[in-house]
Amino acid sequence: MNFATSLMLIGAELGLCLVALVLLLLSAWLPRAAARVLTIAAASALAGASIYTLALLLNGTAGPDANAFGALLRLDAFSAVAKLLIYLSTFACLVVTPSFFERRGQYRGEYPVLLLFNAVGMSLLVSATDLMTLYIGLELSSLSSYILASFARSDMRSAEAGLKYFILGGLASGILLYGMSLVYGFAGSTNFDAIRTALAGELGTGALFGIVLVFAGLAFKISAVPFHMWTPDVYDGAPTPVTTFFAGAPKIAAVAILTRLSFSAFGEQFAAWQQIVAFVALASIVVGALGAIGQENLKRVLAYSSINNVGFLLIGLATGTAAGVSAMLIYLAIYAVMTLGSFVALLMLHDADGVPMETFGSIAGLAQRKPALAWALLVLMFSLAGIPPLFGFYAKLVVFQAAVDAGLIALATVGIAASVIGAFYYIKFVKVMFFDARPSSDARAEVARNPAGHWSVLAASTVLLSPLGFLLTPAMERWAAAAASALFLTA
Amino acid sequence: MQPITIIVFLPLLAALAAGIVNKAAPPVFAKAVTTGALLVACALSWPIFLGFLTGEASPALVPVAPWVQSGTLVFDWALRVDTLTAVMLVVITSVSALVHIYSWGYMAEDPDQPRFFAYLSLFTFAMLMLVTADNLVQMFFGWEGVGLASYLLIGFWYRKPSANAAAIKAFVVNRVGDLGFMLGIFGTFLVFGTTSIGQILDAAPAMSGATITFLGMRLQTMDVLCILLFIGAMGKSAQLGLHTWLPDAMEGPTPVSALIHAATMVTAGVFMVCRLSPMFETAPVALALVTFIGAATCLFAATVGTTQWDIKRVIAYSTCSQLGYMFFAAGVGAYGAAMFHLFTHAFFKALLFLGAGSVIHAMHHEQDMRYYGALRRDIPVTFWAMLIGTLAITGVGIYGIGGFAGFHSKDAILEVAFARGSEMGRFAFWVGAFAAFLTSFYSWRLMFLTFFGRPRWADSPHIAHAAHDDAHHGGADNPPSQEDAQPKGPHAVPSPNYEAGTGGYHPHESPASMLLPLGVLMVGAVAAGFVFSGAFLDREEFWGGSIFYNAPLMHAMHEVPLLVKLAATIAMLAGLALAWQAYLRDTRLPGQAAEQLGPIYRFVYRKWYFDEIYNAVFVRPAFWLGRLFWRRGDVGLVDRFGPDGAAWVVRRGSRAVRHLQNGQLANYAFVMLLGVVAAVSWVLVR
Repeated sequence: MNFATSLMLIGAELGLCLVALVLLLLSAWLPRAAARVLTIAAASALAGASIYTLALLLNGTAGPDANAFGALLRLDAFSAVAKLLIYLSTFACLVVTPSFFERRGQYRGEYPVLLLFNAVGMSLLVSATDLMTLYIGLELSSLSSYILASFARSDMRSAEAGLKYFILGGLASGILLYGMSLVYGFAGSTNFDAIRTALAGELGTGALFGIVLVFAGLAFKISAVPFHMWTPDVYDGAPTPVTTFFAGAPKIAAVAILTRLSFSAFGEQFAAWQQIVAFVALASIVVGALGAIGQENLKRVLAYSSINNVGFLLIGLATGTAAGVSAMLIYLAIYAVMTLGSFVALLMLHDADGVPMETFGSIAGLAQRKPALAWALLVLMFSLAGIPPLFGFYAKLVVFQAAVDAGLIALATVGIAASVIGAFYYIKFVKVMFFDARPSSDARAEVARNPAGHWSVLAASTVLLSPLGFLLTPAMERWAAAAASALFLTA
Repeated sequence: MQPITIIVFLPLLAALAAGIVNKAAPPVFAKAVTTGALLVACALSWPIFLGFLTGEASPALVPVAPWVQSGTLVFDWALRVDTLTAVMLVVITSVSALVHIYSWGYMAEDPDQPRFFAYLSLFTFAMLMLVTADNLVQMFFGWEGVGLASYLLIGFWYRKPSANAAAIKAFVVNRVGDLGFMLGIFGTFLVFGTTSIGQILDAAPAMSGATITFLGMRLQTMDVLCILLFIGAMGKSAQLGLHTWLPDAMEGPTPVSALIHAATMVTAGVFMVCRLSPMFETAPVALALVTFIGAATCLFAATVGTTQWDIKRVIAYSTCSQLGYMFFAAGVGAYGAAMFHLFTHAFFKALLFLGAGSVIHAMHHEQDMRYYGALRRDIPVTFWAMLIGTLAITGVGIYGIGGFAGFHSKDAILEVAFARGSEMGRFAFWVGAFAAFLTSFYSWRLMFLTFFGRPRWADSPHIAHAAHDDAHHGGADNPPSQEDAQPKGPHAVPSPNYEAGTGGYHPHESPASMLLPLGVLMVGAVAAGFVFSGAFLDREEFWGGSIFYNAPLMHAMHEVPLLVKLAATIAMLAGLALAWQAYLRDTRLPGQAAEQLGPIYRFVYRKWYFDEIYNAVFVRPAFWLGRLFWRRGDVGLVDRFGPDGAAWVVRRGSRAVRHLQNGQLANYAFVMLLGVVAAVSWVLVR
């Protein structure tokens, strides 16, 4: 691989980097009002990056041998699919962001820039085939995330969220680095393939320690139990557009790299980590479901819901099979749409002064006030609950199918039982919106109008999750299978 | 399209139209549609019947649609038309059409008229389905359909607790009979391999003598099957043991009582036994049981009828008793006589019920005869209708010349029971003759209490209410029940003078829509006997093989001693004389008799304590068992450890998770490190 080819393979990241740097400079000089223009530029850059990645994927450049810069990065089907999901969900977040901050006069050009850097970090992360690139991508993404969490810095809760996220993220990074150094120490290399070869056979305690610590560090990023504690507080405290972003792209990236690492680097030690992953999956499902019950704040409910969903994702990982990973990727894509749609709907719930309506009480009787919004939320919630014929059902189906095929019947059973608990609070949305009386005394309870961008994102996600989504299943299955098999080629 | 198809399905379409449109259109729509449909059905039915009467028509089978094809179990929807069906067709469509017309007046002030008429038509459809059935399953369909319609109509005034209770009671008691019927159908299919009635009846004689193991005993196959089927008939036809629902069913509107609980549905059991008569003929034990139950019911119901005060209940027990006559006629092998009595009974009993409805209408929903009296002056048409009905049911006539409808059919039944010559036949004859005496007594008692003597209206709460508020003639929407009103002093003493007795109330005759059906039924009650007795009783070719016709028996019927032929008339005269003495001449007599015969009177007045015994033996233990399963089993066990327990665990878990999420950074970090330590420990000790 020569240098030019390497550059070509990371063209999307390079482009995004350049645009981000230019936008950073511009935002320093341009007046605040130009932030919207910068947002459009950033969104276009993400769209371009998506098209570029898609083109590489379709013309066959992306493949198991598409290594860049030695073996630091790899553009195979897996990373390409993950990148596409990341770019698209970041793009959607950019569309729905500006109006939220503009209502408060808080919007600045840094926001699209931070989002772009974050996207670059995430795409590096998912293509990483070396512990070093993994860590750089992770930190690039994380650092911009910390800032994003406290973007509304005059708001106490936003600042608190940023700080909490930063401190705990630092702790997680420390754990991850410690694990990496142990792995490096025992394997003698930071390259995934080399680690895989070196760690084959009986493992020493130190290497085991390393693997467990690496998993723990990454588990923080995907907010799996017991490394989930930051999630409700940060999701709740951060401005809603930021939460929308957090629940989507970074989750996708972290799950993707965790998967790649598990099979590329630690594939030979499947027996060592399978049960941990299975336990974490179960714990996430159960704690996510339990935590959401009794919450009054909708953002917290969705935060626990994302913990819950990560559990379902990890079931795919715990199978240790290509089919499981493929199911996990399908789940990931559908989850991204579901969570994006739910948070966009939440973003649209604000009164004329821009004060968000984030509690169950405030959406009582929404069906009479905003029928379109209520019906869209109904589709989203039933989909999250996994009720057929909505598309969310398909996501759960493939994951549980993979688990059953891999013999993890107990895991599947408990997962299905816990999803019943989850259905409680999803359906509570519907119950409150459709059957509870609207608060009559509250004059401010009127939901204000929303820009077309919000409506289009909401409409797109609702249509995707409606039974029409099943039209996509053949394509999704093909791509997910291709991406999953890319991880297992080395095996 | 065959006329029979229209006859059967037009009422269904009318019921659907009336039921779906319901209150979206003025009530006249539902009334016109259903009544029109029934009039058409009736007009199409009589030619079929007359065709069989003149011998021009022949039995036919009209296929409708395939139904079930599963292995050897094959049966289709089909309509069977033969003489037996034709008889039922005219009875059902005529009475139903008349009741529809009658209801225009009777239900005029009810807010739920569309529903009422839809139910009536639905009932008619189900009943027609029952009588045209070609296989036992379709018959069962109709059987359950009439049961449903009966339930809906008894409970039509669903805001009245007693009506709901009566509806449920009717349904549950019928269910007991239906279990027998179902077992009978299953058994028949098991033995004959088919549910087609025609094939079963053809194969039945060959089965005579075969045995089957039932409940661990080796029994005669045909006896077992027929007894099971007869249990179904007992439920539907309110025979002794399963009769308790019929008197309570009087909670329904009176037109319903006339149509369902007098003329048609309750005769379904008799119809079924006649339809399957070749099968019953091979089962001597079952036939003996039919005879015994019929005779016993006949006597039991007649005794109870002599003591009741509620005018509708008297007629209800009378119905029960007359059904007993039909059954023991069938039991001794005279299916023609049973069907003949069914036919005449439909006319005069519908007449009596509709007449009673007219009285109740005039008396502002007062149903207690103790508050009647002297009504013949105020409602003369109703009086004449009831008089003719009474003459018909008591069997007034002169031997050798002719008489009212009941004279022909009841005399025939008593004669044939005697002519049978068996012990059971003799038993039935004597019981029947005594019941004829009682029938006459309670029927005339009803007439005398209602239309003769002095008015006793002033004490009635209904009349008092109406007299105060005469302008507001309350509709039929909430007539209170008189069921458990204790007799106020054994018998009411007539008021000293006429005006004081009326309480200032002036009964008025019912509207023309109610009187017209009475007129038509009067003709039937007078003429149905002598016009059709020849065909029903003596002409084997009239039946055309649709029932088992025992020609020697029907011939022997005419050869019985003269005293036997006069027995019914003598009994009738005796009953009339006693009623006249007790309720017109010496009105203190019934009270004295009741006092002197204390325990016996109470035994009869409380309907032989059937309800009390059933309550103690079945209802209370069932409730006890139900409560046990509910409180201990469902709530205490299933709910507690099932849904409620799971919800409790989830609630507790949720509380724990929220408790952990306390916002403290150090706490979060601690949990993370604990997680790491736990994971590391686990991989080490594994």
